[in-house]
Amino acid sequence: MIVNNSKTLLLVQGLRASINGTEILKGIDLTVKSGEIHAIMGLNGSGKSTLAKVLAGHAAYEITAGTVRFEDKDLLELAPEDRARAGLFLAFQYPIEIPGVANTQFLRLAYNTIQAQRGKEELDPLEFDDFVREKMKLLDMNPDFLDRSVNEGFSGGEKKRNEILQMALLEPKLSILDEMDSGLDIDALKTVANGVNQIANKDNATILVTHYQRLLDYVVPDFVHIMQSGSIVLTGGKELALELETRGYDWVTANKRSIAGAIA
Amino acid sequence: MSAVLQSLVNQPYKHGFVTKIESDVAPKGLNEDIIRLISAKKNEPEWLLSFRLEAYQKWLTMKEPEWQNVHYPKIDFQAISYYSAPKPKKKLASMDEVDPELLRTFEKLGVPMHERAALAGVAVDVIFDSVSVATTYKQKLAEVGIIFCSISEAVHNHPELIQKYLGTVVPVGDNYFAALNSAVFTDGSFCFIPKGVKCPMDLSTYFRINTEGSGQFERTLIIAEEDAAVSYLEGCTAPRFDTNQLHAAVVELVALDNADIKYSTVQNWYAGDENGIGGIYNFVTKRGLAKGKNSRISWTQVETGSAITWKYPSCILRGDNSVGEFYSVAVTNNYQQADTGTKMIHLGKNTRSTIVSKGISAGHSNSSYRGLVRISPTAEGARNYSQCDSMLIGDQCGAHTFPYIQVHNNSAIVEHEASTSKIGEDQLFYFSQRGIDAEEAVSMIINGFCKDVFQQLPMEFAVEATKLLSFKLEGSVG
Ligand SMILES: Nc1ncnc2c1ncn2[C@@H]1O[C@H](COP(=O)(O)OP(=O)(O)OP(=O)(O)O)[C@@H](O)[C@H]1O
Ligand SMILES: [Mg+2]
Repeated sequence: MIVNNSKTLLLVQGLRASINGTEILKGIDLTVKSGEIHAIMGLNGSGKSTLAKVLAGHAAYEITAGTVRFEDKDLLELAPEDRARAGLFLAFQYPIEIPGVANTQFLRLAYNTIQAQRGKEELDPLEFDDFVREKMKLLDMNPDFLDRSVNEGFSGGEKKRNEILQMALLEPKLSILDEMDSGLDIDALKTVANGVNQIANKDNATILVTHYQRLLDYVVPDFVHIMQSGSIVLTGGKELALELETRGYDWVTANKRSIAGAIA
Repeated sequence: MSAVLQSLVNQPYKHGFVTKIESDVAPKGLNEDIIRLISAKKNEPEWLLSFRLEAYQKWLTMKEPEWQNVHYPKIDFQAISYYSAPKPKKKLASMDEVDPELLRTFEKLGVPMHERAALAGVAVDVIFDSVSVATTYKQKLAEVGIIFCSISEAVHNHPELIQKYLGTVVPVGDNYFAALNSAVFTDGSFCFIPKGVKCPMDLSTYFRINTEGSGQFERTLIIAEEDAAVSYLEGCTAPRFDTNQLHAAVVELVALDNADIKYSTVQNWYAGDENGIGGIYNFVTKRGLAKGKNSRISWTQVETGSAITWKYPSCILRGDNSVGEFYSVAVTNNYQQADTGTKMIHLGKNTRSTIVSKGISAGHSNSSYRGLVRISPTAEGARNYSQCDSMLIGDQCGAHTFPYIQVHNNSAIVEHEASTSKIGEDQLFYFSQRGIDAEEAVSMIINGFCKDVFQQLPMEFAVEATKLLSFKLEGSVG
């Protein structure tokens, strides 16, 4: 929701990034304020996940220009773990498997690290177990997933749910959810969307990366951005996604200027 | 054979040589006279001298093995001094005199206070009251009839046991390094658990550290009689420095009917610096004979040190229904090289063996698993399960697996599983995105990877081993 007196959480200006000498992000501008929900859409390979990973601090990308502020901090100066501790969360498009590490152990370490950062109480294994089980209920997740290795052998949808579980545990200020809807069945989509809505409040913000309107039916965005080959070419309200659904990306390419004019 | 060696071998035996030597350190080089000297200095019975000389003769006919996947400059065996009188270690008066670097390491590893003092060479009675911990410990064992002493003491106090068992598991001519050890070993541990006795506590070499150093060629013999059980801990997590580069130990275990020997090692010898300079060469022969029916020999090792490790703790499963186990974690970093594994020789009926090997390589290091499973024609119904996993940290290191499987009995079931994984940038990124830094992430991944082995260690050892691994791999990522 767009709220009065909101704070600017994220301010991206002229951000350029490359990997192995190939420029992927070609000047991104984006402002996200507390209380807002943003959707980023765009063709495969347009740079959405790259933007997410660059914001989270993946070492493989080289930042060649631009600035990013996160609240009062220079985000690009921070190590990835410090970005996370500052309240930035990324639900990965492809969550990685970590064999041998029990999910519950991993979740508890992550939780306690963030709690410690916030000067809040850390939980011992028993207390944490109660706590995490409550959160899992909200997401309709089977507690068996606690004892399995992190994401190992999880189905696509189960991995996504595990990501949202982490979001629910860590209560980030800014969540970037990279295609959390892909691979989810219709019931799961509703459950997970419901979870996202419950977490969203006037003090935090969410960026949804998605290809489909369906998710946006459940989590209604305040802004929709369209990315094309490494830059945001169009920004609008929730109608833009609907429009896109019926007309496709060719329409965006052909009419970038006029649509932008009409929206402005 | 080199000309020098040739001339030495052909030297006539000089009587009286022994008395000529007044110094406490033997001249460099190896020949029969040196062996006689060692034996005489230690006041050994004739049969032990013959044992040594026979080993020496075998050694002369043998060649240094070259099949292992490690590389090092040729060792000049004539440049080593094979005997120096056991001097009591110089005692420091207080902890203040201990090298601060050493203390820092102890701190990091969480070595208990009293152990730190002992390891650093501080007289124990400075820290404790006059009652020595070791003495109390020995008394307790003596009450149940357990013998735990240095092998030299045992030669004098229990010659019949030594004569009966020494060299029965690892014969004098077993391999190049075992032959060398048999010829020149200076000391080591002896442990005897009589019939029906379950050792009331873990036996730890730590309680022997303070008496005297065991030197380069350590010899250990452990006997568990019928229905006896013992858990033996070798080494400790604190780093062990030694000016001797070559170490060639022999460990023999004998388990009679229904006996159970569990041998755990945490090895953290000096591995050389980060450029691979210095460090200990560790060529060990460890073998257990599950002689009696239903007996069990279990090896657990956490190998983190040495520049070169060449080590295959093995089990000969002779008794029917006997069990052999090998659980291993081998960590190599920087320029370390490890070629380690096990041999399971199934002779008896329904014998079972389990092998769980975890190799972790970081830096420029190289780690190989080499394992032999042999099912003899007599081993009706034998079973083996092997699992060999390697983990790579970074992309300059290597991991190799060499399984040798020989099955000569159709009723046997042999299973082998292997995997290689890598701590990748993306895994670490995943952790860091959740606020967890690289060091913690690696230690979590490594502990998960080694869980099956750590579970086999006695509780305290397991905790220390966990810390040791994190410490060893510190700075190898990120
Ligand atoms: N190491 C690399 N070298 C060269 N190009 C790369 C590399 N990694 C990613 N790219 C390219 O960067 C572009 C952006 O990828 P990104 O994953 O950000 O796309 P996306 O918008 O998330 O796509 P999708 O909708 O399919 O998830 C792609 O064309 C991809 O091939
Ligand atoms: Mg993507």
